Amino acid sequence: MTTLLRFEDVTLRRGGRLLFEGLDLGLKAGERLQLIGPNGSGKSSLIRLAAGLLTAERGLVERSPLALADDGLALDRELSLRRALRFWSTSVDVGLDALGLTILAEVPVRFLSSGQLKRATLARVAASRAPLWLLDEPLNALDEDGANRLAALVDAHVAEGGAVLAASHQLLPGDWRRMELGA
Amino acid sequence: MIGRLITREIRRASTGLAWLPTAFFLLIVALMPFAVGPDARVLSRIGGGTLWIAALTAALLPVERLIEPDRADGFIDQLSLHGLAEETIVVAKIIAHWLAFGPLLLIAAVPSAALLAMDGDSLARVEVSLAIGTPGLAALAVAIAAVTAGLPRAGSLAGLLLLPLAIPLLIFGAANAFLLEGAVSMLLTVGAPFVAGAAIRASRT
Repeated sequence: MTTLLRFEDVTLRRGGRLLFEGLDLGLKAGERLQLIGPNGSGKSSLIRLAAGLLTAERGLVERSPLALADDGLALDRELSLRRALRFWSTSVDVGLDALGLTILAEVPVRFLSSGQLKRATLARVAASRAPLWLLDEPLNALDEDGANRLAALVDAHVAEGGAVLAASHQLLPGDWRRMELGA
Repeated sequence: MIGRLITREIRRASTGLAWLPTAFFLLIVALMPFAVGPDARVLSRIGGGTLWIAALTAALLPVERLIEPDRADGFIDQLSLHGLAEETIVVAKIIAHWLAFGPLLLIAAVPSAALLAMDGDSLARVEVSLAIGTPGLAALAVAIAAVTAGLPRAGSLAGLLLLPLAIPLLIFGAANAFLLEGAVSMLLTVGAPFVAGAAIRASRT
């Protein structure tokens, strides 16, 4: 089994505050790991560290190609949803279909609701073909149908040999390994 | 990816309020005869310098929307995840910003010269100096935009940073010292991506 994400003895400090120290973590193909912990415990920072957007104070982080869905929308609001997503991927329809957004494909991004925008960021991940998915609070603003679609999407991705690292303060549906970060 | 990014940046820079800096430029030039009086000799003597002051202040207008919206929206983060260096992203933004700003300014300089009673020769010299200087000015604006992105009152701060740094460009440009102006402009254009790239990385939280 190939390891898609590996942390070795990682220490991260943000704004002078120690978030975690000596953290080891490994994520193999076919695995899903949920980070749990109260607000401010460093879940999002760990995700951004895994993505390479933050650098660790100490330790080693190895990652395979990845896709990230976080708070950032990163879609041009004046474009239609399909055109905005096409900037990031050529297989947009896969993602639109998986999140139930096909019917909204021609609607300009600025008209979408917050739940629909959340689905759009997940659609970008679904369309990315990256083996490693990083999801930061994926359930925020999602309705029940959206949560079910996300669960199905994660199941399919893991079954195909992908790996998912998600941070959420709510329990995600499905069979997740869980890791708790202290406040 | 880089081609798509440049296309996107040009589309974003040339739609919306792209004409605003140029309108501002013309407005400042039009104020000049009111401020110093309608004497054609005085106006034509200060014409070149006036156009440069107008160009500098016009370059300040779009600074706040060059980097900050894409930083706040996670767009730059996603570009990095797709393997683009921050420096590359900045180069794309400088190219697009200059294309949306430089050529329009060169065109606006023609009616401006008429307002300031400048003759054909001095207009030609100002056009050359603006053509040499505006890439450096665009690069400086993008670099300052990156340095101030996410800070409170970024707009005012950007003015305080940009105008002093543009002084060498202003001196050589207004004096028609084209070689020295070209050197300064090139230095700014080459240096800006590294400054802005480092600023973007440092602003990540």
